[in-house]
Amino acid sequence: MNLKTEERNEILIIFVKEERLDAHNSNDLKGKMQELFEQSKKNILVDLTDVRFIDSSGLGALVSGFKNAISHQGSLKLSSLQPQVKSMFELTRLHRVFEIFGSTAEALENF
Amino acid sequence: MDRKEIEVDIKVPNQTRYLSLIGRIGEDIAKELDRFDGDRDMLAYHINLVLTEAMVNAIKHANANDPDKMVHVYINITDQDLLIRVFDDGQGFNINSIPPPDFDQLEDRGRGIFIIKQLMDTVKYEKINGGNMLEMTKCLRFYP
Repeated sequence: MNLKTEERNEILIIFVKEERLDAHNSNDLKGKMQELFEQSKKNILVDLTDVRFIDSSGLGALVSGFKNAISHQGSLKLSSLQPQVKSMFELTRLHRVFEIFGSTAEALENF
Repeated sequence: MDRKEIEVDIKVPNQTRYLSLIGRIGEDIAKELDRFDGDRDMLAYHINLVLTEAMVNAIKHANANDPDKMVHVYINITDQDLLIRVFDDGQGFNINSIPPPDFDQLEDRGRGIFIIKQLMDTVKYEKINGGNMLEMTKCLRFYP
């Protein structure tokens, strides 16, 4: 899976450089978030600009990351969701769980 | 045969790398359905999604991730309905016994069948010819 990471002001940004976040690749993202929290990174932002499609496994990977953040006293936030990706968060009520921001910059201001 | 009928019958190895291929086929077909009264881009996205969820169900749960097995997908579109069948050779399960996700409990899994049920008009899973078939339909006409 193509993931690009970048650190800004002690916030680790993971850019998911894939069109699909699904059962085929979501374990890679789940593993990456776990690895970062275990390396004592506290604040992670997952940027989904390039993701056009997400399935239940992709959502599950993000939920896993969110729970991982809580157990490490950190936080996990999301930014730049395409409309149909956002609609999947709404369908599964996960928009009430995650803090979701319109852009990377906006998310960075809210950690 | 109905002049507008479309039929797709495809078998792919029991591997998640084929999810995008099957999902995209469904999405591309749905985008061309000028008979659909609603938002065609939305329908196309939803067909991609339910095909993906149904295939993952077959690959991981029914066929137990066995890469030598095959997943069989059948799509039929008439003037009125879009029908999808996904066949597997596994043990099967009772689709009605799967509860909707508990929205107050954050679980990593358990949203796939819920998503399918939310987006399609009918969903059933039954034994057929020694295997199982997940069948789902979507009505294309709000005012037949």
